[in-house]
Amino acid sequence: MPETPVTTEVPETSKADWTSDQEVRWCPGCGDYSILTAVQLMMPDLGVARENTVFVSGIGCAARFPYYMNTYGMHSIHGRSPAIASGLAIARPELDVWVVGGDGDMLSIGGNHLIHALRRNVNIKILLFNNQIYGLTKGQYSPTSEPGKVTKSSPYGSLDQPFNPVSVALGAEASFVARTHDMDRKHMQATFRRAHEHKGAALVEVFQNCNVFNDGAFDLITKKANRDNMLIDLKHGEPITFGENGERGVMLDASGCAVLVDVADVGVERIVVHDELQPDPSVAFALSRLASNPTQPTPMGVFRSVDRPEYAEATSAQLAAAQQQHGPGDLHALLHSLPTWEV
Amino acid sequence: MTNTLDPKNEAQDIDQVIVRFAGDSGDGMQLTGDRFTSASALFGNDLATLPDFPAEIRAPQGTLAGVSAFQVQISNHEITTPGDAPNVLVAMNPAALKSDLGRLEAGGTIIVNTDAFEERNLTKAGYVDNPLEDGSLAGYTVIEVQMTTLTKEVAKDLGVKPRDAERSKNFFALGLLSWMYSRPLDPTLEWIDAKFSSRPEVVASNKAAFHAGHAYGETAELSEHHYQVRPASLESGTYTSINGNTALSWGLIAAGQQAAIPLFLGSYPITPASDILHELSKHKNFGVRTFQAEDEIAAVGAALGASYGGHIGITTTSGPGIALKGETIGLAISLELPLVVIDIQRGGPSTGLPTKTEASDLMMAMYGRHGEAPMPIVAAYNPSQCFYAAIEAVRIAVKYRTPVMLLSDGYLANGSAPWKIPDVTTLPEIPVDYATEPNQTNEDGEGVFWPYLRDDNLVRPWAIPGTPGLMHRIGGLEKEDGTGNVSYSPENHALMTDIREARIAKIADDIPLVEVEGDADASVCVLGWGSTWGAITGAVRRIRDRGDKIAHVHLTHLNPFPKNLGEVLAGFDQVIVPELNLGQLSKLVRAEYLVDAQSITKVMGQPFTAGELETALSEAVRA
Repeated sequence: MPETPVTTEVPETSKADWTSDQEVRWCPGCGDYSILTAVQLMMPDLGVARENTVFVSGIGCAARFPYYMNTYGMHSIHGRSPAIASGLAIARPELDVWVVGGDGDMLSIGGNHLIHALRRNVNIKILLFNNQIYGLTKGQYSPTSEPGKVTKSSPYGSLDQPFNPVSVALGAEASFVARTHDMDRKHMQATFRRAHEHKGAALVEVFQNCNVFNDGAFDLITKKANRDNMLIDLKHGEPITFGENGERGVMLDASGCAVLVDVADVGVERIVVHDELQPDPSVAFALSRLASNPTQPTPMGVFRSVDRPEYAEATSAQLAAAQQQHGPGDLHALLHSLPTWEV
Repeated sequence: MTNTLDPKNEAQDIDQVIVRFAGDSGDGMQLTGDRFTSASALFGNDLATLPDFPAEIRAPQGTLAGVSAFQVQISNHEITTPGDAPNVLVAMNPAALKSDLGRLEAGGTIIVNTDAFEERNLTKAGYVDNPLEDGSLAGYTVIEVQMTTLTKEVAKDLGVKPRDAERSKNFFALGLLSWMYSRPLDPTLEWIDAKFSSRPEVVASNKAAFHAGHAYGETAELSEHHYQVRPASLESGTYTSINGNTALSWGLIAAGQQAAIPLFLGSYPITPASDILHELSKHKNFGVRTFQAEDEIAAVGAALGASYGGHIGITTTSGPGIALKGETIGLAISLELPLVVIDIQRGGPSTGLPTKTEASDLMMAMYGRHGEAPMPIVAAYNPSQCFYAAIEAVRIAVKYRTPVMLLSDGYLANGSAPWKIPDVTTLPEIPVDYATEPNQTNEDGEGVFWPYLRDDNLVRPWAIPGTPGLMHRIGGLEKEDGTGNVSYSPENHALMTDIREARIAKIADDIPLVEVEGDADASVCVLGWGSTWGAITGAVRRIRDRGDKIAHVHLTHLNPFPKNLGEVLAGFDQVIVPELNLGQLSKLVRAEYLVDAQSITKVMGQPFTAGELETALSEAVRA
């Protein structure tokens, strides 16, 4: 292979360096803007050169994201970005590959690719912008919309049971699963950075407001005034508590379900100590089931971050082992590897 | 190895023989045919094979649906097909006899395993009376052998259980046929040793059965059935016997070597293409990455992602998979990235005939995408030529930054033929030029990169991630000519549509012109593509051998067509297009050249025989 350039010395950059010359075309007030800004501000600190960074997306409002990043980028087809990004990341493990998509892109048409990319643990960082609605097609219910949702395509209410993206990812053997929201830049950046540092597939669900078709869907939990009582900040190694003074907490009941309790009622020793590294995903799954929609106290942060062989690295290792064992490919020998005869 | 296998010289010389092994799916007929073929190849015969098996791994035992057959023609001269009607039918059970007797030549030889002709099997095959006893086979030479009994007998002393021993009966049949046609024994004995090395009792049992079958021929007064087919006088060189899927896989590896960039195969298992995935996954020391995806769409998506990263992205499938990949192929056309899409065609629509051949995906290759979405099409025409077709597909994809459709079919995929192994230093170079520098200057005099600025061939630069200063975004939305920025301008869309069409059409400057085989001054030209080459070539030879004139043009490039095709076709009074579909190429040449092409079609899951085409073409030639 001709030498593919890999920049080792990374020059100092600022947000402007990571911003493309393209006009951003999301609706004014869209939550996507704050996510884009958070990412553009964070990228200079990751220590990766722009040319080694790739954003791959599918189709949807969120999927326009790569156009606005001054990196390599591909705006592909609906649902397929995890597959395309997997091929890229396996072929070029040295690249920093990000995937951006919405709830329809990732969980509906692309659900299959998402779960398989997660189980394989390909080194891609998936940002799932969940606004619980189809925006670009102008307001149909999505696979994360709440049951009974009245939209253009469900005037009598949606009959669909929604997905809980974190539960789906945990069920799909993901090695890294986290959640954040578009109203808290610091939390987004900390979470994205954790995803970036993780070796393997990382899924970050980002609650994102669609102010045109589903405005305020997350207000009850993400508005500043509500956060203390409605967002449960997951911190590794610490008891899971929330509330203005940490008076509320999460306990596992006899059947293993996570339940909300007053810490004073049960004693702090009964409160679950969060363990991202727990190989068994059962507790993380129980935490993901605490809220079935963003009207109940909802855990935020890293649910799970475990070490598992990364797929591209394992692929490269097999190639290296084969070369070690058989020597570099010899075409002449290959063509003579079946029985031959002379004429 | 010696070429005089019959020291007593009692075997009659014959020029060729067509043998068809037929039995139950579990009888090992594919293996038997394959071994007979291998021994013949090493002996130096020319040959062609037709494996013909059901889609079920084990269809109901003893039934017509469960019959698995393998036809092979071996010869002392150059041949191009597995033959019209078999001279010999080996029928391991009544169902095999019933299903394949109709193919046998008049007065041909039938070798039956009489042990299988008991009431239960006869009933399953739909026989009321035993055909071995009711006189219905009077017109044939029938050799009745108790293969199961004799196999069990020789295995008895080896301590092999009778039930296991019975499984070796195909080697008895192979031994018998090896004697009848003076095949060398060593290749098969060595193969048994290697294949079953971990199971000594199986080695012993198979070898014993093989020797017993051979000895049976020698001692059972079958001397009037003792023949030899001497080696064919092929062009000198080193040969190997290869099937289409293996040749195609090796062609991809060769192309990767010639381009000096890695191959990435994204694939999902599907008959009859899976063997390419199997073969490529063995050769990781060539730097080949194989990725078994979750579905057909992910397979092509991953391949495209790898191409974006500077690898040669490849995806292999059959017709149903192409249907699923269409949207991603369209994206590759829009992104103008290299991608090789390989369709090993089979009978359709829908699941159709998974294990049977057909060439009915030409229109899908040509038009099976939304929008105006042209892509080059390369078609392989015989098993070993799949090697070169693969190299050509990669060459076009890399050079012209486009997805290329490579069409093969089930017949080529599984059929074998001798291949004169090329000198690897003579293979075409495949230059790769990644962009490394800005290609445009902005208003401030700074170098910038425009991903859709084209060269003289209308080819855009391939700037791969990791290249400093060339960061850019591409996507499926319409792009502005030059800058590649999203553009909804009506004029720009018209321009880009025209460019996409023109840049594929322009590849015609870089592919060989068609050559007329046979009689250029004939009034009839037979136009073919793909695997019909063998049968057309055979038919044309026969027609010319008897003094009639006919011309043959065979296409390896179906989009764009070679530049002289229209002119060449216009030079004949009649153009006849035999196809394993309902006339797809014939429609294309009619539309393109206003030539009154006539179709000969066949959609029976089987290739044409040379005899069928000889008959059909003769009518035209004599008209």
